[in-house]
This record gives sequence, structure tokens and C-alpha cells, in this order.
Amino acid sequence: MKVTVFVSPKTTVLDPQGAAVEQAIKSLGHHSIEGVRVGKTVTFQMEGSDTPEIRDEIDRLCDGLLSNPVIEDYRYEITSE
Amino acid sequence: MKVAIIQFPGSNCDWDAEHSVQNVIGLPAGRVWHKDPLPEGVEAVIVPGGFSFGDYLRCGAIARFSPIMSDLQSFADQGGQVLGICNGFQILCESGLLPGALVRNDCMEFRCLNQSLKVEDSNERFNSEALAAQLTLPIAHGEGNYRADTEVLTDLEANNQVLLRYAPNPNGSINDIAGIRNQAGNVYGMMPHPERAVESHHPCLDGLPVLHAFLQPLLQTSPVQLSA
Repeated sequence: MKVTVFVSPKTTVLDPQGAAVEQAIKSLGHHSIEGVRVGKTVTFQMEGSDTPEIRDEIDRLCDGLLSNPVIEDYRYEITSE
Repeated sequence: MKVAIIQFPGSNCDWDAEHSVQNVIGLPAGRVWHKDPLPEGVEAVIVPGGFSFGDYLRCGAIARFSPIMSDLQSFADQGGQVLGICNGFQILCESGLLPGALVRNDCMEFRCLNQSLKVEDSNERFNSEALAAQLTLPIAHGEGNYRADTEVLTDLEANNQVLLRYAPNPNGSINDIAGIRNQAGNVYGMMPHPERAVESHHPCLDGLPVLHAFLQPLLQTSPVQLSA
């Protein structure tokens, strides 16, 4: 199965990258766009199926390595690809 | 060796840290590879600056899981002296040895300059009387913007855990924080580089009192007075 993890800066944390991208978007004339946040995705293949145990393992990975809970939130999707 | 300097792939201030401790301050120091155990008899550890593991994922995120980090955790738990400089500070925050996190500078620029800093009265060895009210130290970072939630920040301020504040603030760091210590007073972290300000050919010598304050338990002498 394929796991896609989406990591994004917490809404309470300043996101300088998002602010810079938003400025660029506005300079291109898209004035109706706001609230830009820049995050990252991590994808990987994993053996097994979508079970609570597997989700625990992915949570542990996301909480320690893939995201920093002080500044980031994460969510993930599991697909059968 | 009394002072161990941990070398990760991508560390680049390890030699400077070793030189400043061994040749300038005069304590036996050595570099220790991140996959090796922390040597017996070490009394202080410096986690140096650089770009460990290419800063991939987040600054310090991968170094935090290096084999030596479990030794460092035990060393710190037993009261061992630990100093993280720049990327070392980021690694200590990622590993939970220090609270908070460091994110991208609000200006989105890599900031490389001689930074003016205000010294806080943090504890008996790190204070404005022992060091100086104001210091100038080199900074060189893209992710030095200190962040912590309100609760952590309130605790840091209430316990006098802030060591240094930027004056003026170059990166958006909350409460102008440039360096902090843990509550126990044995783990220190800062974005400025004291090891780059210890010799006459450096821009200034203000790194000396900072390193002396950190190494004071090993030196058993009073910190260097800048005004002397």
C-alpha cells in the first residue's frame, strides 16, 4: 500500500514561506487569494493493510521524524497503489 | 578528552569548536563521530553548527535520531554540560533536550552578520555581570526564528531560562530569543557562534566569556571579564 503524509505549519505558527509565496501570487494579479501556507508531502510504500496497528506505526513515525509537533500538523492517506 | 564535539555528516563548525576549546581555552577536546558512543570521562559536550544531514526534512530532524543521541540524552539526564550552537541548538530542540523549535527567518533570508545581543541574568554563571550587558557575536542561519507555545514561553521567562536576546531582532524570533537553557541549567542552546569570536583575527572576542560561562564547571575559575 502507499502512504502519503501531508505536513503543514501549524496555523498558530508564522509561515514565512507561505507569506512570501502569497506576496508573489498577489504580484501576479491574483488579489482574491490569501492564507497561503507551504508544507510538504512524504510518500512511501509500506507492507501490510490499513489496520489500527499500522496507523499507530505511521502516527509514531509522523510525530517523531516526519513532523515536529511543536510547529507542524500532519495528516495522511493510505491507498492501495 | 574532557569536551566532546559531536560530528554529524554536514557539521561544519566542529573544527572551530574544537580549536576554541582546546587551543584557546585550554581544555582537552576532541571530535566524536555521531555513530560512535560518547567516550567515558567526558564532562561537557558541544553540538556544533552546520547543516547536519543537509537540513533535510527540518533542521536537526535527522541528526536527532543518530546513534550518539541516546548517549547524549543520558549524559544530559545525569547533569552533564551540553551546549548546542546554531544547528546544534536546532538539534537539541528537535530532540526535546530544549523546549521549542526554530523555523525559517521571517525575512526569508539567510542572515550572516555580527549580531548585537543583550545578555540576560539567567543563572549564577550566565549573567550580565559575569559576561557583559551587551555582546556582539557572529550569526549565520536561515532558520533561527525561535518558536514556542505560550505555556512554554511563559515558563522560560518565569524561570530566567533565556540567555541571550537579539538587539535588534534579525529573524523574527519570539521575544527576541537568541539562546536558552533548560530548567536544570546544564543544557544550553544558542543561534550565535561564540566559537567564531575567540581570537584577535576574529571580528571580536565576545565568544570567550560565553564559552567560559558554559565551561565554568570544568574550569573552576571565574569567567573572563570583557572589560578587563
